[in-house]
Amino acid sequence: MEKTINITLRIWRQRGPKEKGAFKEYALSNISVDSSFLEMLDILNEQLINKGEEPVVFDHDCREGICGMCSLYINGHPHGPDEDITTCQLHMRKFNDGDVITVEPWRSAGFPVIRDLMVDRGAFDKIIQAGGYISVNTGGVPDANAIPIPKANADEAMDAASCIGCGACVAACKNGSAMLFVSAKVSQFALLPQGRVEAARRAKAMLAKMDELGFGNCTNTGACEAECPKNVSISNIARLNREFIKAKLKD
Amino acid sequence: MADKKDITPETKEVQAQKSVDEAARPAMKKIDSKIPEGPLAEKWTNYKSHQKLVNPANKRRLDIIVVGTGLAGGSAAATLGELGFNVLNFCIQDSPRRAHSIAAQGGINAAKNYQNDGDSVYRLFYDTIKGGDYRAREANVYRLAEVSNSIIDQCVAQGVPFAREYGGLLDNRSFGGAQVSRTFYAKGQTGQQLLLGAYSALSRQVKKGTVKLFPRHEMLDLVIIDGRARGIIARNLVTGKIERYAAHAVVIATGGYGNTFFLSTNAMGSNGSAAFQCYKKGAYFANPAFAQIHPTCIPVHGEFQSKLTLMSESLRNDGRIWVPKKKEDAEAIRAGKLRPTDIKEEDRDYYLERRYPAFGNLVPRDVASRAAKERCDAGYGVGSTGLAVYLDFSSAIERLGEDVVRARYGNLFQMYEKIVDENPYKTPMMIYPAIHYTMGGIWVDYELSTSIPGLFAIGEANFSDHGANRLGASALMQGLADGYFVLPYTIQNYLSDQITVPRFSTDLPEFVQAEKDVNARIAKLMAIKGNRSVDSIHKELGLIMWEFVGMGRTKEGLETALEKIKAVKKEFWSNVRIPGEADTLNVELEKALRLADFIEIGYLMALDALNRNESCGGHFREEFQTPDGEALRQDDKYMYVSCWEYQGEDKAPVMYKEPLDYEYIKVQQRNYKQ
Repeated sequence: MEKTINITLRIWRQRGPKEKGAFKEYALSNISVDSSFLEMLDILNEQLINKGEEPVVFDHDCREGICGMCSLYINGHPHGPDEDITTCQLHMRKFNDGDVITVEPWRSAGFPVIRDLMVDRGAFDKIIQAGGYISVNTGGVPDANAIPIPKANADEAMDAASCIGCGACVAACKNGSAMLFVSAKVSQFALLPQGRVEAARRAKAMLAKMDELGFGNCTNTGACEAECPKNVSISNIARLNREFIKAKLKD
Repeated sequence: MADKKDITPETKEVQAQKSVDEAARPAMKKIDSKIPEGPLAEKWTNYKSHQKLVNPANKRRLDIIVVGTGLAGGSAAATLGELGFNVLNFCIQDSPRRAHSIAAQGGINAAKNYQNDGDSVYRLFYDTIKGGDYRAREANVYRLAEVSNSIIDQCVAQGVPFAREYGGLLDNRSFGGAQVSRTFYAKGQTGQQLLLGAYSALSRQVKKGTVKLFPRHEMLDLVIIDGRARGIIARNLVTGKIERYAAHAVVIATGGYGNTFFLSTNAMGSNGSAAFQCYKKGAYFANPAFAQIHPTCIPVHGEFQSKLTLMSESLRNDGRIWVPKKKEDAEAIRAGKLRPTDIKEEDRDYYLERRYPAFGNLVPRDVASRAAKERCDAGYGVGSTGLAVYLDFSSAIERLGEDVVRARYGNLFQMYEKIVDENPYKTPMMIYPAIHYTMGGIWVDYELSTSIPGLFAIGEANFSDHGANRLGASALMQGLADGYFVLPYTIQNYLSDQITVPRFSTDLPEFVQAEKDVNARIAKLMAIKGNRSVDSIHKELGLIMWEFVGMGRTKEGLETALEKIKAVKKEFWSNVRIPGEADTLNVELEKALRLADFIEIGYLMALDALNRNESCGGHFREEFQTPDGEALRQDDKYMYVSCWEYQGEDKAPVMYKEPLDYEYIKVQQRNYKQ
């Protein structure tokens, strides 16, 4: 038999970036514990639409934990209470009958609210545009096997490259720092011979852009690593700092 | 020689109809697929050697709109920017990095032959044509195989962290439909890494100023001036404002239309609207019925399921698929009174091993999908909904030990457990087929040009390379081939005579009219103020599509589908409810605009499936099967691409045929029995 629960949602509703927001409570009954958190919000929205009210706005797309579009700060945790997953993979079986669930948007100076639970993460694109690439044009590149790369380096680069750009690290950080995000991209390239050529320039440019866009500094609390749905390691921040110091010494 | 493959009208009546329409729309000239001269292996080289180019000073004066930022759109926009064109790149997500290409797991094929196992460009070409059940163009597929190697080189240069051997060189794995190991991969996240590579290249061009990004923008119409594509109308999804954008050429890279079925492995926002707007403006829609159904997805759990998650096909190497032999056991399982482990060995029906002793659980995707549906329809399905079958690893665990199974499939087992909350080491997995990919799409010629001059289509949005069935790890290959290595050449052949055409003003009457039409469409939707949510009607459409236009299709079923889809259309346009206002952020309005087009696409899919009186690849007409239940092609009658042309609201579209000639490959019946 399908198990269901009754819950109360406290959801942040905010009409626009400049408007004042507030929590609003909604009671939901008979929610299947097999439904995902976002499917539960779909049910809420279906009920709101049927009552003639405006549905709750939230970002989501792939619903399999890879696109990085979904967010939500649930009961004080980015992507909710379960570990190593995004909100779209969180299931209602992690909650109990009678629970009051508080749902907020990412809160950070770098991510202004667009409406309700939807925020503007365009700053992450701007940081990548500042230097998160290897400067090669299409065509005219060497054969893929021309440069052997130690498996350990390739695997470590892959782990860093797993970042989905969701912004949970920023939302988790009391300083609103984007260091885990920046360091993941800097590390991926710094670990590979193709990316070493521009490593110093890249680290400086991306950090400068991060500061310019209003993200805070890193004070090594480790909250970002703990909340990252893809287990991106804080050791990437140490590598970013090394790259940055090396770049500064050369100046 | 197979040059100049004309699209020939089907009947005299159609021809008469066509000439009437051509008179009404002079842009709609009879077109050909523009296959270059010369032997197969030299066609692409010949084309590149003789095509017209645009010099660097002129490139700066030419604007190109690219709609979509996935593997095809992102790589095309980046490359066109590198070449010096002025690119405007649109996507519906908040960042170009989130396009649904990101969800591809398995890998990307290339004919590198790094494993020294006998691979070649010809072999990749051959496997792709055969895998597509002989319904794709030879010249296009050969070119795809030819540029596949450059894609891997390019991605490595960009810093894509492909899997490597201890010696530092690239690793490969095997995939279905091939006897060689030619698949490159980055863990189970190959699509993500390739997309982030394209996104990095794109970001570099944004910084340089050659590409301007328009995230959270949705194309709602195509603007045509003097018969050529000259711009788009887009809705800013944050402000709700309708905006006009002009360019010398427009590229559609908006993916497939699998979400017509509501439940699919596509992302929630994936939609067919941009492609459908092009169809309404005169672009042919090719092979709409060709959709791929993937057999191993996590099943539907209930009415509020929003999407389906794929479990890698590789699981069928060691998993055995079964349902209970007795209906009462299946009923007891559905009611929660029995568990699968309670069913004795002799009461289990390993139906794939029973029906296909030679291939057993490793039959091709379409066969495995259809067999699961047959058992569930007959009342033997499991799970709370009865729409699931078991994928059981107990004999593999007995034979190999849990550690070996964990090493092979650990990450998939973990993902399954997070979603279903059952331990697949102890209890069999439940799986069910789901719509995964659409081979059909906007018709394009060899240059990736649609039937509207100046309008191009790339990636899953076009119909080109996969015939009636796509092989695993080939979608990523085609998207990047189109975007990095094909379109940036072919589009110049078109743009070379556009260099004296000045930039267009968006105040031209064609833009004004197109915006007016879009606003009228939105106003009409907002005015309905009915009683049903968009999703509730979309689910209704999805159920019709799944039942009648899904894995097993019949003449009667398809005729029923056409009637039912008409009824859904009527219900939608008279009873949908969209809260809020149109001139601001409005997610329900976005969904309604997409659903309006999904309804039309669904109708076109059913129409095409009804026309094609044969079974081929993913298109299975139950009337056309071998005694063993295999797809039975009718090559003498249906060896063509069906190209549908829009004739106006509520008028039947006209179908033209592009015949397929196989000069270099011997056409055979696919055989999975030996």
